[in-house]
Amino acid sequence: MLYFSRSKKLLIFLTIGIGLLFALPNFFSKNSLNSFPNFFPNQQVNLGLDLQGGSHLLLEVDTDVIINERIDNLTSDLRKLYREEDLKISSIKTADGSLKFKSSSTAQSVINKIKDLSFTDSQNLLQVGSSSNLIVNINSDEYLEILFTEEYKKLLTINAVNQSLEIVRRRIDELGTREPTIQRQGTSRIIIQVPGLEDPDQIKSLLGQTAKLTFQLVDQSVVYDPQKPDKAPIGSEVLPSDDDPNYKYIVKKRVMVGGENLVDAQPGFDPQTNEPIVTFRFDGIGAKKFGRVTQQNVGKPFAIILDDRVVSAPVIRDAILGGSGQISGGFTSEEANELAILLRAGALPAPLIILEERSVGPDLGADSINAGKIAAIIGFAAVILFMLFIYRTFGLFADIALIINLLLVLGVLSMFQATLTLPGIAGIILTIGMAVDANVLIFERVKEELRNGSSMINSIDNGYKRALSTILDANITTLIAAIILFFMASGPVRGFSITLAIGIFTSVFTAFTVTRYFISLRVRKMKSESVGLKI
Amino acid sequence: MNLDFSSKKLSFIKFHFIGFIFSSILIIGSLISFFSFGLNFGIDFKGGTLIEIETKEDVDISQIRLSLNNLSLGDIQIQEFGSKNDILIRIEQQSGGDKIQQNVVELVKTKLNTDLNSSVNYRRVEVVGPKVSGELIQAGTLAIGLAVFAMLLYIWFRFEWQFSLGAVVALIHDVILTIGIFCITQLEFNLPIIAAILTIVGYSMNDTVVVYDRVRENLRKHRSLKIDQLLDLSINETLSRTIITSVTTLLALLSLYIFGGSVIKGFTFAMIWGVLVGTYSSIFVAAPLLKYLDVKRDWTSTSAVDSTR
Repeated sequence: MLYFSRSKKLLIFLTIGIGLLFALPNFFSKNSLNSFPNFFPNQQVNLGLDLQGGSHLLLEVDTDVIINERIDNLTSDLRKLYREEDLKISSIKTADGSLKFKSSSTAQSVINKIKDLSFTDSQNLLQVGSSSNLIVNINSDEYLEILFTEEYKKLLTINAVNQSLEIVRRRIDELGTREPTIQRQGTSRIIIQVPGLEDPDQIKSLLGQTAKLTFQLVDQSVVYDPQKPDKAPIGSEVLPSDDDPNYKYIVKKRVMVGGENLVDAQPGFDPQTNEPIVTFRFDGIGAKKFGRVTQQNVGKPFAIILDDRVVSAPVIRDAILGGSGQISGGFTSEEANELAILLRAGALPAPLIILEERSVGPDLGADSINAGKIAAIIGFAAVILFMLFIYRTFGLFADIALIINLLLVLGVLSMFQATLTLPGIAGIILTIGMAVDANVLIFERVKEELRNGSSMINSIDNGYKRALSTILDANITTLIAAIILFFMASGPVRGFSITLAIGIFTSVFTAFTVTRYFISLRVRKMKSESVGLKI
Repeated sequence: MNLDFSSKKLSFIKFHFIGFIFSSILIIGSLISFFSFGLNFGIDFKGGTLIEIETKEDVDISQIRLSLNNLSLGDIQIQEFGSKNDILIRIEQQSGGDKIQQNVVELVKTKLNTDLNSSVNYRRVEVVGPKVSGELIQAGTLAIGLAVFAMLLYIWFRFEWQFSLGAVVALIHDVILTIGIFCITQLEFNLPIIAAILTIVGYSMNDTVVVYDRVRENLRKHRSLKIDQLLDLSINETLSRTIITSVTTLLALLSLYIFGGSVIKGFTFAMIWGVLVGTYSSIFVAAPLLKYLDVKRDWTSTSAVDSTR
């Protein structure tokens, strides 16, 4: 066990050399790294949000809203169908993603026609195969129940989450923050990680709105009556005003133009009142629609609706044919800016619910790094002294191995750009304590062999051989724990499992290469100079 | 320095029942405290809001409490965190689902910004909604269960079922005692503590494996030796290693506990406790258990893996 072949030696030195090379950039400032030659590794350890500060948000796409929207569309299609077929429909109820109603006929031909609603314009935007997306159940008493197939719901969800991901990305990009991470988690969740963000409220506010913009005509056939707050004629709806909570508008349900036709939106100021506004521009189709509506409705109020709230309802003075316009609604300039961002990025298909938020300010992160560094240095020093005290020369070898071990952990972390978190630092410090274990096992074994009367060389040889399986077993158990933790945890805790696992590999590696190599050198010297060696 | 215990022949097995009784008392105590006080779950598992603030000027905690109580957000815990100007605010989960939780932070921020006559730096904000906290409890419990089960399989595979059973009993012992100490001290039990418990599982196993490895080796070497003496011999032979490794690990952990900052104090505390308990259980629980588990004495067959290869 004390003999190293030339190729083996080379391999060991190469491995350590590469590891140290990758650890090196961490000891330089970011600026001096730029002056490094290109072939040199220049990546530092990737710090987690808890160390560099930043925000972690876990969002869920509220897919119920999408299903309900579909059901609303289905309801109007259903009414139309019954009108055309001269059938009667009554007591329509929607609950838990299903539609229940009383039908004057439950004949198979009617049911087939209902199923075919799946292929009408408002439904078949998303089509699974060529069969209907609808399940129609006949309940007792001529009640029918319509459900969406599971495949269809799944498709709706996937589509909505994909769309949401894209919009979220665009909105956050507009903020110009550096390197946000936006990923899907599971089927309907989105994880957003923005490093170095001072104020997560800005992001939350940006993501808290679906930003669905519509232009609808105000229904002038009735006047809003505070006594009957929800009463609106068929085809109209009551919507609250954005700036006055007591005032409500009655607007026609038909959307004349929608935010999907916008090509640009910018914050600005009204040249006359100097009030912050948002100016917008439509694409070709939008401009045409907008022109036609304004032409036909001069003198009538036109409601600008954002997320089911009426931002303003200016009276159309002239036909607006140029395809651009402005929204004013008593905004502050920040609000105008935010609205412009939202309109440019587009509307979310469904609201996002924040399930979890973790934000760390940059100075707490810096404090944590400092505390971690101090703890690591002191812990490191204590272990080094203790090993020297217990094992003398052999302890020195183990200590050198420990230093190399630490640098290797740093090198591996930098190389793979794994994330170092505060628990990750704890993992490294724990590794410092546990890394010497392999050496301790070996040294204790060597001592035992010596006590049994073996020669120094034989004792070292046997010590290594005998301790090997114990070391493997002992480290594999810790590794199993680390792997389970890696898969079960997320965020900072996951960082702990990473450093722990890396530490296990590097410590076993250094015990069997670095320490052993030094010992073999020492033993050779001992032979030639006949120097005694104690352990 | 020589820490040779193999010649001293301390008899652990002779007094093993003292260890068993001691462990039983601790386990019963842990279980009682678990069912009476219970764990002080952090927001990871209970849901709710945690805000760490730093004030420029000295602010009295009672003033913050007074200010926040006006918001009627339910149970609010306020405590100093590390230093006098560093204050931790915990607010219980609001009823009404995930959407409602988000309002809390905004309410507290505006309230503190107006009420306190000091600029406030928000160092940390964590909001965990009911959906996620439920999932985290599940994942945490599952992870610990899975880890223990994986150890059971591994030891079974590497040794024999008797060893596997003994090791797992020691593991469960360690996990129960760790949960017990968190019930008694009422320290916050959060996600990093689960990580600590998993590490304890790994560490304790590590210790047990070293002792068991030696037992197996001695079973081969000394076929005629009585099991009591054989276990004693094995424990004694590995005792110096057990102590040295525990000391180095504890040195590192103590340094982390003292200098590592307030955020990971609980985590480090759990680990320190775990190392102590894990070391104890390897010697006083896992090893003596083998006496009762009727380990195989004849290791001449090739079924087991040879450690003296």
